[in-house]
Amino acid sequence: MSRNFSTYEIMVTSAARMLRDAEVVFVGIGIPNVAVNLARRTRCPNLVLIYESGAIGSQPERLPTSIGDPALVTGALGVCSMPEVFQYYLQRGLIDVGFLGGAQIDRYGNLNTTVIGDYHKPTTRLPGSGGACEIAALARRTLIVMPHKRRSFTERLDFVTSPGYLGGADARQRLGLPGGGPQAVITDLGVLKFSPDQGEMVLESLHPGATLDQVQENTGWLLRAASQLTQTEPPSDEELRVLREEFGQRAAAS
Amino acid sequence: MLKLATMQDAMNRLVHDGDIVAMEGFTHLIPFAAGHELIRQRRRELTLVRLTPDLIFDQMIAAGCARKLVFSWAGNPGVGSLHAFRRAVEHGFPRPLELEEYSHFGLTLRLQAGAAGVPFLPTRNFAGSDLPRVNPRICRVTCPHTGEELWSVPALTPDVAILHAQRADAEGNTQVWGLVGVHKEAAFAARRVVVVVEEVVAPEVIRRDPNRTLIPGFRVDAVVEEPFGAHPSYVQGYYDRDNDFYARWEEISRDAQSLARYLDEWVYGLADRRTYREKMPETVEGLRARQMLCAPVNYGY
Repeated sequence: MSRNFSTYEIMVTSAARMLRDAEVVFVGIGIPNVAVNLARRTRCPNLVLIYESGAIGSQPERLPTSIGDPALVTGALGVCSMPEVFQYYLQRGLIDVGFLGGAQIDRYGNLNTTVIGDYHKPTTRLPGSGGACEIAALARRTLIVMPHKRRSFTERLDFVTSPGYLGGADARQRLGLPGGGPQAVITDLGVLKFSPDQGEMVLESLHPGATLDQVQENTGWLLRAASQLTQTEPPSDEELRVLREEFGQRAAAS
Repeated sequence: MLKLATMQDAMNRLVHDGDIVAMEGFTHLIPFAAGHELIRQRRRELTLVRLTPDLIFDQMIAAGCARKLVFSWAGNPGVGSLHAFRRAVEHGFPRPLELEEYSHFGLTLRLQAGAAGVPFLPTRNFAGSDLPRVNPRICRVTCPHTGEELWSVPALTPDVAILHAQRADAEGNTQVWGLVGVHKEAAFAARRVVVVVEEVVAPEVIRRDPNRTLIPGFRVDAVVEEPFGAHPSYVQGYYDRDNDFYARWEEISRDAQSLARYLDEWVYGLADRRTYREKMPETVEGLRARQMLCAPVNYGY
């Protein structure tokens, strides 16, 4: 294959491009952290980074291994307590974008990070919500980043930890959920959005090299595709330069 | 009133079998030295409270200290699973573990309600999640002023809170910087408070910088000076997080026997935190924090 970027890199750049300058972003660790920092270094110099641990305006000089890394505090604009971050920032409606992921997702973008199997007798016990439930409920919009696997993209969740569009586009409003719900799902195969009428996942673009069949094979329901299915814009030279040279990110094997 | 105590004495006097014990610290300031002493003293039937159980509760669960866990995220950050927690939940080993599960926001609010002396606090969170279905303590409430339907969680008032911090004076006036998590809420919600610090300082040090005081001495029952007492978690300005140990915990804890060997060598086999510290001089040296001082502020008038 002749492309000069990895799957990891196109996931990062696809997520970074969903951000707009000067937005207030609730950052997670892993790909979301790299994506937000890439956006800040390229198109969105005025992004405000907030971590659920209470660090505000962080400029970590190393990639944080956890959401409470000390490097998020050194040189930050501020630090607040967790009751403040959840109430004054998130519940008050000040967070524009939150990032989510999960072990299972359904067609409405509902996420499970709690259990596989029955809650009271689980086959696999997962970590649980952490801040995910409130990010899903209260952020103005969310971006979901996860690998595209058939056992993850399932018809039915074993447990709804974090609400997406529940059973349809108007369900959030009926339940009084203040946040706007998921904007997109970014996987290793493509980018999916949600239909405005039904709140159902629709394949919007395929990453270079990925095929529609491949995406359907890795999705546990009959997936809708946009009538004008496009190819995901590949990472630009500048984005790759920042990722590799400034962040020292090695291109993960694709 | 001077409240200095040894860890052994503080845990013995202030933490009893069957207690509800909150041991807070969000990634930062996790009271490992206190947890190890509770394991050594073979405390039993505890209800353990932490947003993130982390390695310390994984160890206490494996050691058989816990009857119940109140929590919101049970993983090894950036690494994977807490295996002792999973063995207890999935296989009832070494004994079944009752779970009371929230999100971070939910559990934070429970401690805040306890600290504020009100029976519950409302939130706009939880609609559409299955969490209220498996935890009946998360329930609907109607606002008496606007008629809005919200969700609510009840106050949590632990029997004891154990909190690690940078420094305190001998009366327990405690100062924290860096991430503060829910330290203050846990301290005000609990009936008894044990503070473990890197350094006991003179009262003048506290009085010269009153804005940094998170917990007033009159809320504190015991002050334990225990340098390196939060390792393998970190203390801002003192030592970095031991990320290598967090990664190694995956291997140590995956198998119950190997975890038991760890507890034998590093907890039961040691008398106290000093011997723990002396057993790993290179680690202590390698994690020492760089100096990055802030500018002094003027408290004059």
